[in-house]
Amino acid sequence: MADVSLKNLHKTFDITEAVRGINLDIVDNEFLVLVGPSGCGKSTVLRLIAGLEEITEGNVLIEGNIVNDIPPKDRDIAMVFQSYALYPHMTVYENMSFGLRLRKYSKNEINKRVLDAAKILNISELLDRRPKQLSGGQRQRVAMGRAIVRNPKVFLFDEPLSNLDAKMRGQMRTEIKKLHQHLKTTIIYVTHDQVEAMTLADRIVVMNDGIIEQVGTPDEMYNAPKTHFVASFIGSPSMNFIPCQVIKTNEDLYIKINDKLYFSVPKERLDRYKVLINKEAILGIRPEHLTNAKQHIHDMYEDFNAKVKVLEPMGMDTMVFFDISEAEVCARCDPKSVGKVQSDMTFTIDKSQIHLIDIKTNKVI
Amino acid sequence: MKKLISKSGLHSNRKWALYTSYGFLIAFVIFFLFPPYFMLVTSLKSNTEIAELATNPWIIEHGVTFEHYWSLLSETSFLTFFRNTVVVTLLVVAITMVVSVLAAYSLSRLKFWGSGILATGIFLTYLVPETLLFIPLFKIVGWLGLLNSYWVLVLVYPTLSIPFCTWIMIGYFSSIPKELDEAALIDGANHIQMLLKVFIPVAMPGLIAATIFAFTVSWAGFLYPLAFIYSESEMVLTVGTVTTLIKGDVFHWGGLMAGALLASAPPVILYAFLMDYYIAGLTSGATKG
Repeated sequence: MADVSLKNLHKTFDITEAVRGINLDIVDNEFLVLVGPSGCGKSTVLRLIAGLEEITEGNVLIEGNIVNDIPPKDRDIAMVFQSYALYPHMTVYENMSFGLRLRKYSKNEINKRVLDAAKILNISELLDRRPKQLSGGQRQRVAMGRAIVRNPKVFLFDEPLSNLDAKMRGQMRTEIKKLHQHLKTTIIYVTHDQVEAMTLADRIVVMNDGIIEQVGTPDEMYNAPKTHFVASFIGSPSMNFIPCQVIKTNEDLYIKINDKLYFSVPKERLDRYKVLINKEAILGIRPEHLTNAKQHIHDMYEDFNAKVKVLEPMGMDTMVFFDISEAEVCARCDPKSVGKVQSDMTFTIDKSQIHLIDIKTNKVI
Repeated sequence: MKKLISKSGLHSNRKWALYTSYGFLIAFVIFFLFPPYFMLVTSLKSNTEIAELATNPWIIEHGVTFEHYWSLLSETSFLTFFRNTVVVTLLVVAITMVVSVLAAYSLSRLKFWGSGILATGIFLTYLVPETLLFIPLFKIVGWLGLLNSYWVLVLVYPTLSIPFCTWIMIGYFSSIPKELDEAALIDGANHIQMLLKVFIPVAMPGLIAATIFAFTVSWAGFLYPLAFIYSESEMVLTVGTVTTLIKGDVFHWGGLMAGALLASAPPVILYAFLMDYYIAGLTSGATKG
């Protein structure tokens, strides 16, 4: 129940700069997900907020107060670790109540809080067990319980689901979302899994190499990525990238892939793409916007042919892989209308969903 | 059918592994139990039978006697030695554990300038053998006025036990995942609480290993008491038993064996009692494992 601000945050380990100037405002009750590849600095940012690492430069503010020099225990935060970090010699009850006992809460208060949290997390019957008698999912619940009983202003999650199997991960994801709706508190959540980020977040922060690439809602991240990196990171399977050129003929602009393949630029984007005329660019298009030939319900659809290279049936859809001027491209097709391998097939591209990336700046135009 | 064959192959493999390991175990048990057995048999024989060359040394032919135990307890200062040893050992174990646990915690968790070198340095001091040290130590304890008092042992034994126990505890503390301290830190623990409520319970097997080591060092130490103590009232078991029961060239074998047997009883009892704790792997389940 607090807002958190990061002002020009830097962190240097020896000679490597892990975090290079992060500015971010996290509003009260927001579920913010920090996502990025391993080594991008996302966990470091979380640890800086927690107070587990010393800040090299910049400020962390919780509820408007600078907390740089305040020790973790006095920041009123709780953290859930990837490895759970449960105390192995304590029972579940003792694990959950440890923080409260250190803070000298009354026995009744401790009992009430632990039982309440256990009920929320469905671990009431496990309170007498020790961590080694629990499954991975149960341990993760206990770790969350330990955070909940403290009723902190901010919850920090450091890749909490990474050690669970795929099915359990899906279940726990839903539970964490429910938990956020129930607790109505600020959550900062770190993950490298973009699916987790998309499903959980109110807002996503994509980080790369110590800086923020983009901040936005899951919807904005998916539909309007601002950089090449974000475009490639968000979405599964990931976006196709095809080298191209923007050329001008009379008043029209064309995206030229190779000598045989051109797409006309939709009218409403003419102004936007003018800056790219006669320049090298990258055409980004998601597999779901590249399908088997279908009826042109609006003029944004355009057809082209390519030779099928590999098929990956997924049940509901079939992923069709083919080459366009040396770039491998994936299209998401209806299994009923997919051609055979090595045969020619007609695909339809939805031009309202294309992204053009300036090769020099790596920005989406 | 193929499955059946391979299964029975596995079965016979396992059988042979068991036979071999039991064979070796029995051989080792006989090997290691031979000295205590010989001590027991000899301590229960009469002096005449011990001296008799014609009898079988492995069995008692002329009846069991407790005369050696009786004379050991009533005619020698054995009970004084025993009391001195208990006092020295308890103090040494207590001093060692307090110092080495605190040292190991700070060396494994508080990163300060020179902490790495200090950790190695502590181990190096352990490598200096006591046979080299007792002469300079003799001068030091003489200067301190502690010669010929068992308190000297309370002072010098920790120089042997602390470095090794600190080293053992550094190993155990370092194996505790960093997230556990961080979780405790966020839960609100200070360093002392973290040590008492998280580190010590989690590293209990290591603590017990270190305790056993410190106990053995001071219970079974021979050289230092031999060098620093010479009056009977201040002697400890190891040296006291030997000096009172070997008079010139007369060896009181029966009494020596009885004394050695009684002196080795407390460590055996302690080991048997602590072994369960020692083996129990308390760390499992802390993190994902």
